[in-house]
Amino acid sequence: MEATGLSLVTVVLFLPLIGFAIMLFMNERTQAGAIRWTALGFSVLTFLLSLGLWALYNPDDPGLQLVQRINWLPDYGISYYVGVDGLSLLLVILTTFIMPVAILASFRSHIFEERGREKLYYLFMMLLEWAMIGVFVVQDLVIFYVFWEVTLVPMYFLIGIWGAEQRIYAAVKFFLYTMAGSILMLLAILYVGINAGTFALPEIIAAIQTGALSFPFDGLFSTQGLLFLGFLIAFAIKVPIWPLHSWLPDAHVQAPTAGSIILAGVLLKMGTYGIVRFCLPLFPEASVAWAPTIATLGVIGIIYGAWVSYAQRDMKKLVAYSSVSHLGFVVVGIFALNAAGIEGGILQMVNHGVSTGGLFLIVGMLYERRHTKAMEAFGGVWKALPLFGAVSLVIVLSSMGLPGLNSFVGEFTILMGTLGSNILGFVFALFATLGVILAAVYMLYFYQKVYMGELDKEEIRNLEPLHWSEKAALVPVLIAIFLIGLQPAPFFRSMDASVDALVRHVDESVPEVVVGNLQMPE
Amino acid sequence: MNFIDFTDPNVMPWLIPVGPLLAFFIITLVTNRSKLIPATSPEYGGHHPDYDGMLVPVVNDWGRVASILVGLAGILVAWIISLNVVGQALATPHFGEQVFASSIVWLDTGLTAFRMGVLVDPLTTIMLIMVPLACTMIFIYSIGYMAHDPRQARFFSLISLFAGAMLTLVVADNLLLLFVGWEVMGLCSYMLIGFWFEKESAYKAAIKAFMTTRVADVVMLLGIVYLYSLTGTLSFREIVYNEAVLAELAATPALLIGGLSAASLIGIFLIVGTIGKSAQFPLHVWLPDAMEGPTPVSAMIHAAAMVSAGIYAIIRMFPLFAAGADPSHGVLTPPLVMMALVGAFTALFAATMAVAQYDVKRVLAYSTISQLGFMMAALGIGAYVAAAFHLITHAFFKALLFMASGSVIHGMEHGEHHVHEHAHAHDHAGEDEHGESHAHASHFDPQDMRNMGGLRKTMPVTFWTFLIGGLSLAGLPLVTAGFWSKDEILAEAFYGGFTRNYLGAHAIVFIALVLAATLTAFYTMRQLGLTFWGEARTEEARHASLGRGIVSVTMTLPLIVLAVFAVAAGYVGVPSDFPIFGAIFSPEHNPFHHFLGPTLLEPPGTHSFNWIPVLFGSAAALGGIALGWYMYWRKPLQAGEPDPLVNILSPAVFQTLHNRYYIDELYGRVFIRPAQWFANRVASEFIDRGVIDGILHLIGRVFTWIGDLLKVLNQWLIDGFGDGVAELIEAFGYWFRRLQTGQVQQYILLATVAAILIGLIFAVSTGILQAAGG
Repeated sequence: MEATGLSLVTVVLFLPLIGFAIMLFMNERTQAGAIRWTALGFSVLTFLLSLGLWALYNPDDPGLQLVQRINWLPDYGISYYVGVDGLSLLLVILTTFIMPVAILASFRSHIFEERGREKLYYLFMMLLEWAMIGVFVVQDLVIFYVFWEVTLVPMYFLIGIWGAEQRIYAAVKFFLYTMAGSILMLLAILYVGINAGTFALPEIIAAIQTGALSFPFDGLFSTQGLLFLGFLIAFAIKVPIWPLHSWLPDAHVQAPTAGSIILAGVLLKMGTYGIVRFCLPLFPEASVAWAPTIATLGVIGIIYGAWVSYAQRDMKKLVAYSSVSHLGFVVVGIFALNAAGIEGGILQMVNHGVSTGGLFLIVGMLYERRHTKAMEAFGGVWKALPLFGAVSLVIVLSSMGLPGLNSFVGEFTILMGTLGSNILGFVFALFATLGVILAAVYMLYFYQKVYMGELDKEEIRNLEPLHWSEKAALVPVLIAIFLIGLQPAPFFRSMDASVDALVRHVDESVPEVVVGNLQMPE
Repeated sequence: MNFIDFTDPNVMPWLIPVGPLLAFFIITLVTNRSKLIPATSPEYGGHHPDYDGMLVPVVNDWGRVASILVGLAGILVAWIISLNVVGQALATPHFGEQVFASSIVWLDTGLTAFRMGVLVDPLTTIMLIMVPLACTMIFIYSIGYMAHDPRQARFFSLISLFAGAMLTLVVADNLLLLFVGWEVMGLCSYMLIGFWFEKESAYKAAIKAFMTTRVADVVMLLGIVYLYSLTGTLSFREIVYNEAVLAELAATPALLIGGLSAASLIGIFLIVGTIGKSAQFPLHVWLPDAMEGPTPVSAMIHAAAMVSAGIYAIIRMFPLFAAGADPSHGVLTPPLVMMALVGAFTALFAATMAVAQYDVKRVLAYSTISQLGFMMAALGIGAYVAAAFHLITHAFFKALLFMASGSVIHGMEHGEHHVHEHAHAHDHAGEDEHGESHAHASHFDPQDMRNMGGLRKTMPVTFWTFLIGGLSLAGLPLVTAGFWSKDEILAEAFYGGFTRNYLGAHAIVFIALVLAATLTAFYTMRQLGLTFWGEARTEEARHASLGRGIVSVTMTLPLIVLAVFAVAAGYVGVPSDFPIFGAIFSPEHNPFHHFLGPTLLEPPGTHSFNWIPVLFGSAAALGGIALGWYMYWRKPLQAGEPDPLVNILSPAVFQTLHNRYYIDELYGRVFIRPAQWFANRVASEFIDRGVIDGILHLIGRVFTWIGDLLKVLNQWLIDGFGDGVAELIEAFGYWFRRLQTGQVQQYILLATVAAILIGLIFAVSTGILQAAGG
């Protein structure tokens, strides 16, 4: 699969950077519109090309595809090594899908009136897109680490410069917290790479499969256990897995709308993706051994996040905590360690990106109009803006997992994986379903407070209708919600082979613990 | 090119839900166009004080007409196709062994494929007779009922979706598709109960309905997932009509709970779903509040769709509940016992609450809960056919009763408006008021039966149809549909409980249902008496009428049609050995039983006619009717007079019944408020902001302290050492500098002292050396 020519993956990866370079030479004052449109244009182009990835991708081949590899530091076994497989394809597309939405959401934002620096803002957006795609396509541990850390920088500035009142606190908390977690991962990466003699992930996994390389495992805190934790903690903070979540509400609430959309839509998925991509195949025994513990944390997160969500009076905080709950679902699915669980988990990452991204989008629109995120300040919005109310309802329902919409498919599959898993089983499924109930509680509460009720507030009555850019941002979200909900087959198909290979790999590495190889819906 | 042949009865069922679903999309996307008018315009109907000077959206005239036409067309198409399918099914000999089914691959993952499809077997056929008919009537009725609502187009779009979801559920060939329809209906009920979302009571009721059913639905989902993980399929044909699978499920021990088979546990999960959807105790609380929606919605929820879906799902999955047991020989499984007890209790419990209601719609709401309890109980004792029969007859007379009560309310509002106009000599152009105006009607409640009386004079059609529906509900012997279906349930319960002496669940069901049937007849007569009999107790009631014109026609025509069915539908299920009637209507066999039976692998047997349950059933109905007549018809309630029942029951008991045994309050105290308290105080403030963030901040602070400490140490030790050396030298320099005073005498003195000292040291040291040497 070693390709010599230019891979489409590389093109997709570097396209945002080209946009970045072009925008660098634009004049903020005279070409503000052009800057906006360039950012949008490049993000849309990247999305379209990433669809090309899907078109070129062969779903029957479990391995990496569209690979490109260029030696960089051959002495240390570090190379520029990119490609996509079933685990990453959908997440790349999610990233490129969310970016235009986030950019459109910024078109009419008031933040530039207050803080200016529009050009810098879009530059950071492009940089962020580049780094996020990088995280999902790179197969070399060191380069992965670089991209992983690079994502922090633009987000740090997006929150710190264009955020709300407590933006500095939130930005610092976000940066330090995630950075602190990553340090351990760096140590683990170095240990793995030095022992393997290469940092190329597929080669390391192949070595593990042939038995040429092994990390001794005889307990939760043995070498392999600790290496697993080194990676896992970094990912767990990003996800965030309870109780490492406390950076998230602050970052979400303080971030500008686009920042929240990207955070929820993509950045959190880097954590869950990392678990699937690195923790499971590199440390299969430790993954199996740690699975109940981490899935328990996931379940706690599901219920806890939902419950805390319900207590919020701030719309953005409510949505932020709901992410903790939804991502808990993904974590449980992954650590079911069977095909259904992991496929459901990956699809749910996409679903959460779409639905919660959509929620932040509508909350952002409300915020733009009212300059407050307190739910008491709203009420009767459905009456003032009927269309917006209806669209919001679809997004809310999608987040609640209504059958026919996207999240239901993921939740159903995860529940199936959990129930069929030899590691987790019934109790986990039971508690996870509690989360589904609670999701309806806080989401309906939100909808009732904001959209229903009498139009008794002057400001709501005069609510400004949606701008075309806002409508344009909502349309793709709605399309994705219905598309995945009604026709999930192609999404599962794209990851099926890779996930099966992964599950088999884990299963074979841990002979004494036979992982239930529950197939996808039959 | 191979076209799909939609005339094939195997394929045709796909088209049944398409009409209403398409109507939903067309209305939502195309015909739901609104214009902005001032809120004070009479067209808005509201003249809401808060909206002064504000423009509000009102569906425009073109959208109004188009939405009605599209919605009606959608349901009519569904009805026609259903009739076609039903006709072909009835014409098929041994239908049941042979069914109409087709499916497509929905989720193909290479190795396996999840198929979605449609299935028409006798049970589906029966539902396809009832659902589209009832829905069509409800649609026609809605034309008049919603004629002046500013959001009329939205109403038609949602109710089309509702009908579409119900039809999807009915034709689904697997549990997942059934669940999709199930949940979409839940959503529709949420949006339609909260249709007048400005009203606090409406949106609260909507959320209550959605949440309560959602809790149950999620448990049901768990059951579905569990079933799937064990069998690898959710198709009805592959599970419930496959003895091998059922036997295996019955033999598999359940997870966690000892002594229970997997089939039982799955059964219990699915039953919980039905308990929510069909409003059985303890999840019945949402249904009475669901009255907040427009009346056609109540009819939809209570008769044609939502609650019937719960029972339908149980009937559909019945073999699963019975797996490993033999209900026709008195051997029940835990889920069956659970159903029998829940159903019997609910039937009686809800009937007692219905007795003490004043709201004309609420009486019906509790009666729905009670009647669904009849069906649950019937299923619990294995009376599969009887439950299905009662489901159908109940749907007809309950749809009728709801729409008739809607007419009553409409008429009362009309009367109220009339009185209002005359009292204030105002000249309002609007004839009828809805929605927003409800909230502003302030003291006068057009739904309170105490304000009515004598309506038979001004609303004769409504009266007669209401009477027919009511008597059918009461089970007036021999002439009403309700009698025949209720009788069948009682007969089954009696047969099991007393003829065959299974006692236990059967006997409990029989006794509870006979009592409930008595109460049913009583509260129905009470309702009819209070509403229609006697003299008008208020000025509004005196002027109550449906008026003339299209509104009145569309609101009475469905009543008449349904009234026919509320009587006639019973004659398809007359036991063939029932004296006289059996010979007339069922000369060979009980047609309903004969048709539905083959739905199961092993058609349920019939047993010989027995007078005792018939007499008990008739006595219950007649006794209740007589008591109701005695209390409310013989001497009708006068204006200002309290309900005689209050004194008979004592006010405390009456209040308890009226307030639904305070269960809602109890739930509020036990579940909702503690959950809110926990969410706010414990989870959010204490754990999240307090502990977790606290620890984080503590870590932050510790690092700051360490930093400060290092800073101090740095100053003292490291800087102290580096600077100290320099300072020491400097200090020495300062001190040493004092020696250089510039005075020669001092220098000489110092030099002299130094010389002496040096000489002395020299002398001493050499002396010592010498001494040492010597």
